[in-house]
Amino acid sequence: MSWDNAVSNEEKPNEKSRAIRARQRAIGRELRRMYDDVAQEPVPDDFLDLLRRIDDAEDARPGKKVS
Amino acid sequence: MVASPARTHFEPGKNEGDGDFKTELLALIPFLRAFARSLTGNQEGADDLAQETLVKAWQSRSTFIPGTNLKAWLFTILRNQFYSDRRRAWRQAPWDQEAAERIPGGGEDQIFSAQLSDTARALRVLSDEQREALILVGAGGFSYEDAAAICKCAVGTVKSRVARARKALMEILDGDDTLDGVARPAEGDAAREIMAQLDRLAPPESGDTGGKRRPK
Repeated sequence: MSWDNAVSNEEKPNEKSRAIRARQRAIGRELRRMYDDVAQEPVPDDFLDLLRRIDDAEDARPGKKVS
Repeated sequence: MVASPARTHFEPGKNEGDGDFKTELLALIPFLRAFARSLTGNQEGADDLAQETLVKAWQSRSTFIPGTNLKAWLFTILRNQFYSDRRRAWRQAPWDQEAAERIPGGGEDQIFSAQLSDTARALRVLSDEQREALILVGAGGFSYEDAAAICKCAVGTVKSRVARARKALMEILDGDDTLDGVARPAEGDAAREIMAQLDRLAPPESGDTGGKRRPK
């Protein structure tokens, strides 16, 4: 009786912390999914245009510094 | 991940190494957009932020040390830009209703859209410091060391922020009534519910009822 109680008292926190860890992993997966969803979107044309314009601006500038 | 045909749009830079730098920038745009989205919570603001970051990065390219972590360098610029933009916005107008209404899809309702997942909504309730630490380490795959460099704080600080953020997220998502208003807002009332929730979370002002909320 007392042995059973001792076991169940020890197991409860373990089960609880296991459940918490499992829940934390699930939340972590959801966070990564949200982030990856955006990262996997095709890059909007705005961004490609911007990188192109950066080049044009450099070319248009006289006496640009050479790094 | 990155549309590879895009690379053909760019000629090699006139300065030695610029072409390479630009190619690397291009490859990292998806991650800049993802980090920006997690900071701002909305697509339009996030893409503006990511574009500002690209311009800043290009202008500062001579300060980047080749061989070091370009992604972390860019994320640092993006984060700085985010906080400086927001400081400026707060100085100019705490809430520009007109500007909000000009956003297609309707300002705050878009930001706190009921279509966002519970996790996305819960993320908005974390402090900035906890949110950015959790995203960098938990989603972005950065080491605690890199995250600390990006956030300009100690490694131990990042660790404790991530731990507290994880705990807070779980409590928000699983709590009985912790965030009912945020987790399941009445349609159209999402933003108001979140503001009400933030009010409840805020420390009582001096002269309040002794720090304890009155029972309903």
